[in-house]
This record gives sequence, C-alpha cells and structure tokens, in this order.
Amino acid sequence: MVTQTSLNYVPVVVAAIVSGTVLSLLFILAAVVAPKRRTMISAIPYESGIPPKGSTWKQINLRYYLFAVFFLVFDIEAVFLFPWALTYLGIGAIAFFEMVIFLGILFLGLVYAWKKGVLKWT
Amino acid sequence: MESVTGAIAFWILAVAIIGCAVLVLTVPNIFHSALFLVGCLGGIAGIYILLNADFLAAVQILIYIGAVAVMLIFGIMLTQDVVKSNVSNHYRIPALGLSGAFLVILLTAIFGTNWQTQSPSTEASTGSIADALFSNYILPFELSSVVLLTAIIGAIVIAKER
Repeated sequence: MVTQTSLNYVPVVVAAIVSGTVLSLLFILAAVVAPKRRTMISAIPYESGIPPKGSTWKQINLRYYLFAVFFLVFDIEAVFLFPWALTYLGIGAIAFFEMVIFLGILFLGLVYAWKKGVLKWT
Repeated sequence: MESVTGAIAFWILAVAIIGCAVLVLTVPNIFHSALFLVGCLGGIAGIYILLNADFLAAVQILIYIGAVAVMLIFGIMLTQDVVKSNVSNHYRIPALGLSGAFLVILLTAIFGTNWQTQSPSTEASTGSIADALFSNYILPFELSSVVLLTAIIGAIVIAKER
C-alpha cells in the first residue's frame, strides 16, 4: 500500500505531528498559566484590539458571495496550471495555445464582472 | 513493514473521516459542522495520497478545502436565519425516508459491484494526467473553462438583481 512516492509525504506527516504537538502544548500551557477569573472584558473576542461592534451573528452582504465564486473559479484555473507546467515542454507550442484559449475564456468572465461594476466596492 | 505503515495510516484516516462525518451531523452549531466537513475532506485527500493519486489529492486540498469550504461558509453566513445557527424544521420524517432510500441504493451498489482489487501504481500520476489532458482530452479541458465562465456570469446575474 505504501510505495516510494507516498514515502515522499513522510515530511508532511512529521510536520502535522510537530505542529499538532506544539499547538496542544500551547493550549495546555494556556489552561495552566492563564488566570481563571472571567470578567466581562476577558469574554470579548479579540479583534486586533478594537472593541467589536454589534452581533457577530448576522447575515453578510451578498457581494462577499460573488468574491467567493470568483475565488473558486480562479482556484480551479490555478489547479489546471500545475499539470500544464509539467507537460509544457513535452507537448510544446500547442500546449501553450491551449492554455491561452483556456485563460482567455476565463478572462472574459473577469471582463464581464469588471464592466458590470461587481469588483467595485462602493 | 511498508504495508503495515500504510494500513496504520489508512485506519487513522478512516477513523478521522468517519468521526468528522458523524460530527458534521451531530454538532449543534452549523459553523462547526462546516469545519468538521473540512476535516472530512482533508482525510479524503490523505486517502488519495495513500493510493498514489497525487493530483487528486492536490485538487482535493486546493479546491475542496480551499474554495468549496469558503463557499459553504459564505453560504451559511448569507442565509437569513444564520442567527438561529441550526434551524430545525418539520421535514424530519421525509428526510429520514429519503436518506433511507439513498442508503438502500448505495448498499445495493456496494454489494452488487464486483470489486476488482488492483494495487495502486507506483509512480506519481500528475505527469500522465497532464499528458492525457493536454493531448487527447483537450476539448473537455477547454469546455471546462466555458463552464467556469457560465458560473461567473450566472453568479453576477443572480447577485446583481438584488
């Protein structure tokens, strides 16, 4: 089941174990060291030192969703760039133009968003 | 020795995935559900790595954990009843019926399939996927950009109407 290539992921496992251990140690340390007394001020969520205003449980603006969609789309585009970079030298010029067409079609979406004024935050 | 470590890794991942999946359904806060779903998807990426499907693992992490999870959390925050966190409704019995029927379909498929066991390939798969994608499957690849374009324009049209 484990093969040579999946042995390449041993550093990932080591990093996960180390970061998990450090994180749990920090939590344990905080539980031991931190004062137990709870006041109104210590119950406030830390937000870069600025006192939070209003409730955090509220409906957000629909505009954020559009940015999430853009992120999703261009994330998928970026994922396709990885295999493209691997095969680029093997296939040559055709691969280049294939990717240009792909990016061009997606760029149309960006232009549309731009023209519709979606990217502007007023 | 090698297959033992593989088996250990598989069982750790399997327990983590199923544990996260159960927690998705049982935790009272819907945000915590979303976070446990992220854990579930991460475990599946680990299974892909064990099977030497490195490209699938990267896609799983970049798209599912990176983007789909963000969409999901935004989707939760956009709902009107977000203040109530996890709203229950009167669809309990229909939901039970539907998920029961789905379970029956899944079980029939699982036990009706003649599973062919095949040892996973020993080399990284990204290169061969890339060669296939940019030579034989170039039309589906370019079509995927049209689908993504549709997603952008559709989202703008729907969101702009408000």
